[in-house]
Amino acid sequence: MKKYSLEFSVGIFVLIGLVCLGYMTIRLGKMEVVAGDGYTLNARFASVTGLKVGAGVEISGVPVGKVTGVSLNDEYYARVSMQLDNQVRLGDDSIASVKTSGLIGDKYISISRGASSTLLADGDELTETESAVDIEALISKYVFGGAQ
Amino acid sequence: MHERVSGSNPPFFSPVIAVGEKSIACLSETGAMAIFMLHGLRCMFSPSSKQWSKLIRQIYVIGAGSFFLIALISLFSGMVLGLQGYYTLSKFGSTGFLGSAVALTLIRELAPVLTAIMVTGRAGSAMAAEIGVMRITDQIDALEVMDISPMSYLVSPRIMASLIVFPLLTAIFTVVGILGGYVTGVMLLGINQGVYFSRIESSVVLSDIVGCFSKSLVFGLIVVTVCCHKGYFAHMRADGMGAEAVGNATTSAVVLSCILLLTADYVLTSVLL
Repeated sequence: MKKYSLEFSVGIFVLIGLVCLGYMTIRLGKMEVVAGDGYTLNARFASVTGLKVGAGVEISGVPVGKVTGVSLNDEYYARVSMQLDNQVRLGDDSIASVKTSGLIGDKYISISRGASSTLLADGDELTETESAVDIEALISKYVFGGAQ
Repeated sequence: MHERVSGSNPPFFSPVIAVGEKSIACLSETGAMAIFMLHGLRCMFSPSSKQWSKLIRQIYVIGAGSFFLIALISLFSGMVLGLQGYYTLSKFGSTGFLGSAVALTLIRELAPVLTAIMVTGRAGSAMAAEIGVMRITDQIDALEVMDISPMSYLVSPRIMASLIVFPLLTAIFTVVGILGGYVTGVMLLGINQGVYFSRIESSVVLSDIVGCFSKSLVFGLIVVTVCCHKGYFAHMRADGMGAEAVGNATTSAVVLSCILLLTADYVLTSVLL
């Protein structure tokens, strides 16, 4: 049996390593090889407790983008920047809400489409929003009374 | 040279002096290793035509030779993670998270550390012994006589090869480990296959991967520097002569590499988290 040359085994090893490396960085790490296409929308919330950069944005449960920034605006409201896919066009009366996946899961943003024919463009702001539901406050209301 | 005045000190100073001597020795060893590493890195770019083929040779010895060992170890690490994770998670009824548990454990911690320890045991010890034997049989002096820089001939190909090989082996470790978790979790214990992989993809983020590979690069530098340094200066050891010195150099290379690896792992993790 012919023994494989040194260069051949090195080549095989490096190729397998690079495939694993590529799988990890691109598939698992979601590294964007090409610049992410999409447009940015901002939304103003009274509270975004628990929402993190990188959280998903969904319409009817279908992922359409992700949160790219959470900051305070001039009036000390929470300002959330989202990157949405280009084919998703939203009317200016769409409603963005902070939702939780499961009882103790991660926070994400769910958008319900409005009926308006005026479409939002890159950099526009969604003004119709629903803040995060504070489950602890709800439970304590239920347990200790106070709910009418 | 600093002046030795310990004879004139009162006897109760001697423990303090012992601590001081140890500290100075430790510090100068660290400095010597850092200089050794930088020198080796610089020599990689020396205008010698043979560097490339020596680099390939070292990638073969350190990397391709360790491939099956790493694949085997990572398969069983992944399988045992799947098993342990399943029985822990089933208490909370959340076995669907097995994928993210296995993948995050591997990527953040196990893959870089276990790869580095395995390569230390397999290739690092060989490195220290090989260079040590060359040193005590005067082959390194012979290289110098022939006007061949022993640093660029022996050390820098090994350093460069480690910098290439460690991330590759770590990536192989992670992927095979995830497959090992798949074997126990999905094939033996019956978790849904789609849930397993989608949990992995949703929970691993780019910063985990970056942390994983920066760890493996640092570990590669540590292992190769310590092992080459211990072998290269085997003739200057105080604890033995000749063959005994090579044996001691190999032992201390492996032990010191492992200690430094785990210390660096803690420091890196606390910085990266």
